[in-house]
Amino acid sequence: METAIRIKDLNVFAGKTQILHDINVEIPKNKITVILGPSGCGKTTLLKCMNRLTDLYPELKVSGEILINDKNIFDPGADISKLRQSMGLLSQRPYPLPMTIYNNIAYALKLRGVRGRRKQSILVMDYLKQANLYEEVRKRLREPASRLSIGQQQRLCLARGLAVNPDIILADEPTSALDPISSRFIDEKFQEIKPHFTIVVVTHVLRQARRIADNVIFMYMGEVVEQGSASEFFENPKEEKTKSYLEGMFN
Amino acid sequence: MYLLNRQQRHVVNYSWMLFSLLIIAFLPFMLFGGLYFKSFLLLKTHTLKDLIFLHSWHPSRGEFGFYPFIVGSIWVTLLAILISTPICLLTAINVTQYAKKRFLRIMHPVIDILAGIPSVVYGVWGILVIVPFISRYLGPWFGVQSMGYSILAGAFVLSVMIIPFILNIMIEIFRTIPTELKEATLSLGATKWQMVKHVLLRKALPGIIASVGFGLARAFGETMAVLMVVGNVIKVPHSVFDPGYTLPALIANNYGEVLSIPQYDSALMFAALLLLAVSLFFNLLMHFFIARYNKY
Ligand SMILES: Nc1ncnc2c1ncn2[C@@H]1O[C@H](COP(=O)(O)OP(=O)(O)O)[C@@H](O)[C@H]1O
Ligand SMILES: [Mg+2]
Repeated sequence: METAIRIKDLNVFAGKTQILHDINVEIPKNKITVILGPSGCGKTTLLKCMNRLTDLYPELKVSGEILINDKNIFDPGADISKLRQSMGLLSQRPYPLPMTIYNNIAYALKLRGVRGRRKQSILVMDYLKQANLYEEVRKRLREPASRLSIGQQQRLCLARGLAVNPDIILADEPTSALDPISSRFIDEKFQEIKPHFTIVVVTHVLRQARRIADNVIFMYMGEVVEQGSASEFFENPKEEKTKSYLEGMFN
Repeated sequence: MYLLNRQQRHVVNYSWMLFSLLIIAFLPFMLFGGLYFKSFLLLKTHTLKDLIFLHSWHPSRGEFGFYPFIVGSIWVTLLAILISTPICLLTAINVTQYAKKRFLRIMHPVIDILAGIPSVVYGVWGILVIVPFISRYLGPWFGVQSMGYSILAGAFVLSVMIIPFILNIMIEIFRTIPTELKEATLSLGATKWQMVKHVLLRKALPGIIASVGFGLARAFGETMAVLMVVGNVIKVPHSVFDPGYTLPALIANNYGEVLSIPQYDSALMFAALLLLAVSLFFNLLMHFFIARYNKY
């Protein structure tokens, strides 16, 4: 099994409080890895470390290594734009850019370096179709993206995330704000595209984790308690904390 | 205990609230009505077109051309907005997106202090600094002879005065753009500057327009500071180095003085009516633009 992301001794501090403690995990390539754990355990922070969105928060101090293709993303010489483009991001709530539906995707294409109107337009349609949105919006491509429903917006964000042509998809509770139908679509989409992408999904919903995970990282209070394949994790957990979490003791 | 029972007190409270609401809702109309009524004496003998477009201002001969005042007001206001808007925009972007958080904390009290300075003080500063600067350096540099008391001086002083108001709103607008939107943009591989240019500015556009409109309304009505440096010469200015006269200054300089001239009183009321109408116009314009750009 090939490893796509290798995290070594990752520590994150916010001032004096430590948010992440000595994280050491390996995320396998072309699989769905679920980061599971109760709210506030540091899942989002861990995800944001991976594409260096932590840079936006001057109060966060990050140490350790995250290796992607054997390169440490925290190296001073790392090309952050390139790094981020190698990962599509799907956040908890959809944040469409303040532009038209069409331009939301065209903008991602432009940043990726796709030139030429025709080429762009073909790709925009293609990504909209991949996100199962094309039929619904094809007559209103020039309307502001904010007019779409939340479910549609999240699919637009998925299309936009795919449009940067990433190898990795980072999704932070991507379905928690969505209706059941849109949620199911996203889950199924991940299964479908898995052969081509390394997918990391954050969730605190056990059911969702069971449904989609190939691999699980279970976190509690800023530490990784247990990690491994989904079957192993759910059938045969090793740690006491994992067992009690799976039995629903934490809620 | 109480004079009225609970139900009655409720009714009384409610009717008071309704009454206050109505007063406030009708205030603009009452102002308008009052001013219109008071300027009626002038409007009876002069057409609106003449009042607005004629250049000659000789109250003793019954000539009331407001054109020089209107042009003076518009020049001073637009120039002031032109100067302060880019400054405020760059400052707001810098303070909210680039500078350390500490800066924003220092910025707020500074802005509040600037906003609280009485306009006379700005006027004095204009006379002591801006006026000589224009007559000695800026004018000669452009090859123009200027006393310093000019449209430009008024615009400079005014632009400094409205900066705190515009800046305050702009900072608030950029500060409240959700971090997640920034994260979404950066995650596509945008640089920070691309994010500011393509996403944040567009997101902030309705708010930016509103802040400029707010500044415009304030600038147009500002009286004292402008009056002190603009020169108060009743002539249509031909360059920004010429002196001028503004509508608020016309009212402030003359109200309550020359009552012996018939219609003069009424003309000043008409000036006030014009001011009110123009600020109302700015207001509507802003609402239009905000509605137009708020769809994203
Ligand atoms: N920028 C920050 N500054 C201070 N504390 C933070 C910051 N970001 C996250 N935290 C804290 O770190 C902990 C983990 O947060 P988060 O990663 O969002 O958890 P999760 O996504 O698992 O709910 C929380 O207690 C949160 O308050
Ligand atoms: Mg979270």
